[in-house]
Amino acid sequence: MLDIASPPALPAPITAWFATRGWAPRAHQMALLEQAEAGRSTLLVAPTGAGKTLAGFLPSLVDLQRRPRGKAALHTLYISPLKALSVDVARNVEGPVTEMGLPIRVETRTGDTPAAKRQRQRRDPPDILLTTPEQLALLLATPDSLAFFKDLRRIVLDELHALVTNKRGDLLALDLARLRRLAPGVQTVGLSATVRDPVELCAYLGGRDDPAPVMVTAPEGAKAEITMLDTRERLPWAGHSARHALGEIYEALRRCKLALIFTNTRFQAEQLFWDLWKHNADNLPIALHHGSLDASQRRRVEAAMAAGTLKAVVCTATLDLGIDWGDVDLVINVGAPKGASRIIQRIGRANHRLDEPSRALLVPSNRFEVIECRAAIDAAAHGVQDTPVPRTGALDVLAQHVLGMACAAPFEADALFSEITDAAPYAHIDRDNFDRVIDFVAHGGYALRAYDRFAKIRQDADGRWRVSNGRVAQQYRMNVGTIVAATMLKVRLARSRTGASGKPVMGRGGRVLGEIEDGFLESLVPGDTFIFGGEVLALQAIVEDEAIVQRARSDTPKIPAWGGSKFPLSTYLASRVRSMLSEPHAWPELPDQVQDWLDIQAARSLLPAADTMLVETYPRAGRHYLVAYPFEGRLAHQTLGMLLTRRLERAGMKPLGFVGNDYALAVWMRADIGARSRNGLVDLDALFGEDMLGDDLEAWLDESSLMKRTFRSCAIIAGLIEKRHPGREKTGRQMTVSTDLVYDVLRRHEPDHILLQAAREDAATGLLDLKRLGDLLGRIKGRIVHKALDRVSPLSVPIMLEIGREPVYGEAQDEILAEAAELLVEEACGPEGNPARTRG
Amino acid sequence: MGLRAIRQERAVEMVPAGLTLAGVPFLADPSGALFHEGEGALLVADLHLEKGSSFARRGMLLPPYDTGETLLALATVVARYAPRLVIALGDSFHDPHAAARLSDADRGRIADLQRGRAWLWLTGNHDPLPHGGLDGDVAAEAAIGLLTLRHEPQPDCGTGEIAGHLHPVAKVLGTGGVARRRCFLADAKRCVMPAFGAYAGGLNIHHAAFTPLFGARPRLAHALGRDRIYAIPMSRCVADA
Repeated sequence: MLDIASPPALPAPITAWFATRGWAPRAHQMALLEQAEAGRSTLLVAPTGAGKTLAGFLPSLVDLQRRPRGKAALHTLYISPLKALSVDVARNVEGPVTEMGLPIRVETRTGDTPAAKRQRQRRDPPDILLTTPEQLALLLATPDSLAFFKDLRRIVLDELHALVTNKRGDLLALDLARLRRLAPGVQTVGLSATVRDPVELCAYLGGRDDPAPVMVTAPEGAKAEITMLDTRERLPWAGHSARHALGEIYEALRRCKLALIFTNTRFQAEQLFWDLWKHNADNLPIALHHGSLDASQRRRVEAAMAAGTLKAVVCTATLDLGIDWGDVDLVINVGAPKGASRIIQRIGRANHRLDEPSRALLVPSNRFEVIECRAAIDAAAHGVQDTPVPRTGALDVLAQHVLGMACAAPFEADALFSEITDAAPYAHIDRDNFDRVIDFVAHGGYALRAYDRFAKIRQDADGRWRVSNGRVAQQYRMNVGTIVAATMLKVRLARSRTGASGKPVMGRGGRVLGEIEDGFLESLVPGDTFIFGGEVLALQAIVEDEAIVQRARSDTPKIPAWGGSKFPLSTYLASRVRSMLSEPHAWPELPDQVQDWLDIQAARSLLPAADTMLVETYPRAGRHYLVAYPFEGRLAHQTLGMLLTRRLERAGMKPLGFVGNDYALAVWMRADIGARSRNGLVDLDALFGEDMLGDDLEAWLDESSLMKRTFRSCAIIAGLIEKRHPGREKTGRQMTVSTDLVYDVLRRHEPDHILLQAAREDAATGLLDLKRLGDLLGRIKGRIVHKALDRVSPLSVPIMLEIGREPVYGEAQDEILAEAAELLVEEACGPEGNPARTRG
Repeated sequence: MGLRAIRQERAVEMVPAGLTLAGVPFLADPSGALFHEGEGALLVADLHLEKGSSFARRGMLLPPYDTGETLLALATVVARYAPRLVIALGDSFHDPHAAARLSDADRGRIADLQRGRAWLWLTGNHDPLPHGGLDGDVAAEAAIGLLTLRHEPQPDCGTGEIAGHLHPVAKVLGTGGVARRRCFLADAKRCVMPAFGAYAGGLNIHHAAFTPLFGARPRLAHALGRDRIYAIPMSRCVADA
């Protein structure tokens, strides 16, 4: 490590603090200080455990300790994607500040901060404020924002790689542009994990007056030791439960100090936690942590981790980011890694000492995931990064920001346009779109100017836009943010009492356990049991925005699923999986069971070359199946499925349905597609032609439920309709409006409305992944290999098992799938007496 | 421009289905209206006119085309049946001030619709009072044969009842997709009509609000298709999940 002994730039109290700890500042920490002293904005790229946070704050501490005492003014603003991270970092900064004896005040401001404290903070700001993008947007939308921010010297953006990949990143970029105007010369500092292209992050940090932020790179730590579980059990064909590996996971837990067990969804976390406890003969202290559990419950788990009283924590992405609790010595990732960078960042959670390798165990839950895990391990060994590409700023977020800026002070359109184009994601927006966004904010932007009298912002005599009344600002505050979640209900334990008749009476007022999507609860009737937070609960009643429950016993509780937490397979890993399939010499690295599976596939059908796409057709149970293997992720496959179905319909193939997963797509139909293709009646190349992104797409998009969902989220973010605040609206149905209906009316009357444009742009990269689909169609042009088979192929078994899954809460059907699996496997690999039967 | 597009869309030939309630024969139209040939009466429920501007008043600037769309759909079905009497079963306007917010064009459309026929506004919970300045009679209830027509369905429907208020929708799982459609929910004696308004939301027919009305009695969801009505047993309809 390149440590600099007693650097001259550090003031005495700080040098002394390092000395008493027996530490020396690291090279990148000093480099950041040097850049700060020279007045330059900086991006620090460093692996987990490199002391990023201290590096980010050190220049602030140095500057603050020499600042003359006087009027309180905000010096440093720290933004992180997670509330919990702000709280954690506050602790980690307050410690050293106290130990150094510096007169510096550090405070947090999150959604949980009491109103009195918020007011006091605005009047009497701390030196360092730690907060989230949403809270920053709220602060900037107040009339006293100039006074509050004018002395701001530094902005520290933690986990920048995670902040910039979505609409929150758009909002934050707009807020940075505003901060650069309120506090000219303010320095920005980005702290990031290793990413594919750091230059893009530098561009995000900078602005017109701050054109070239400097990049500082910390040395990589020891390479992680990543292994894949080579299970002794039979590998499942489909599903995500990893239940087969439970015994082996448990063994690994017994041998470690503290393990983090990551799952991809909250559903999987609940299920794995439940299964582990059924298996927990030694009563190991195993806890559960996910975003829907009540905050106090999560804090308890975090405290227990820090205190070293836990053996394992089953968790989701909420523990992905740099929160540093306790001495984790093993990371277990259950299920597919989905991306190389993703898995490397997760593994970095183990062992925060750079000089020791992190240990990680990947547990694939089905056969395709084995290949994906192998690909991820190779990628990690080669240091490959596959973080997403930079975004073009979303128009719905811009609309929200424009309203926020009007709440702060009247604005001139020209000046605001100049300001927002100083935000990297909006650097190339055209003026016409910006003006349409203003019109939208003002009166909805409709050609029929019916709402001038209800306008939210109006131009005054000087041409400046100002909010019409105080209620508009209030509405803005209630709806700020870019995270549109499903309606959640609180899960509250009933406090049971005994009534006068001696019968138990349901009481409210018990403890809140967390929250759950109301869609799931609606599928239950009182008395039904479900697992939540690792306990079996029986639903008693739904009262307003709360589900009243009691602890219960049941052998068959349901497990709730939460939407929106599924990650797509990264383009890089997908291509790596494709090339592994095509290279039998790489297979020895795969478990025997998977090798056998691929061997039979090669014998029965074929394994496609990496630059081709295999399409198989076969009859089964009176239907004809077409299975394609694009490996482009579930979203792109589902879109492809919709479009293919339309084309097959037109070709008279009578399609009946389709299903897509991360790897493959299956369409079934009445007509014999294999025979028709042989006879030249159907041309597969034409079927998968790029022109499907033309008229077919347009026609389908208009009716697509995914498009409607995308529109809904745009409408909420843009402020067309309000977020639902459960409990506040007691009359429910009559007071809400279905965005599906609004969408239908709007596209009939104003198909070019700015909000439809925003939804279409979202769809291209979001739920429909059109961009990736377009790339796929280009890639496979003239490279489709068709195999007409007489029965199910081994490679298609996993996708065939997904047929019939209920779309929303389908994860709960893993067990049914596992049973159904046996039949299909027999059919695919059966009569000829193949090795899988004897081995499996 | 938009209006022409709608006319083309609705130019498909609509095929109504027979629906007999308490011995009285009706035609259930795919637009969501009921027609009684003997009386020449056309029934529609829950128009929710000016719902868009009702939201706009509160800062949610929904596309201001809902009233126009609803009235156009109504004009289309009126042209088809040429009724002597139109009965709107309550919640015709989204709030008590909605009628006053009608644009001149929409006010004209209503007048055109009312010309040459009787018109009865039943009151609803959203529009409990007569609408100022609009023609037509106002009442809380009406009757056809043994059937009582009212806005809000009552647990005891007496000899028969046609009501609105609940906005029933049926959700059906099919191969590769889900259909969610407005429907008439009916048994032999009673019918809850679908909402007619462009912005009127829907309530799944499995919702508890329907239980006191139908108990355990068998009922059918007569779902509104593009150009016809599909009668679907409750067992084929699923709850919202």
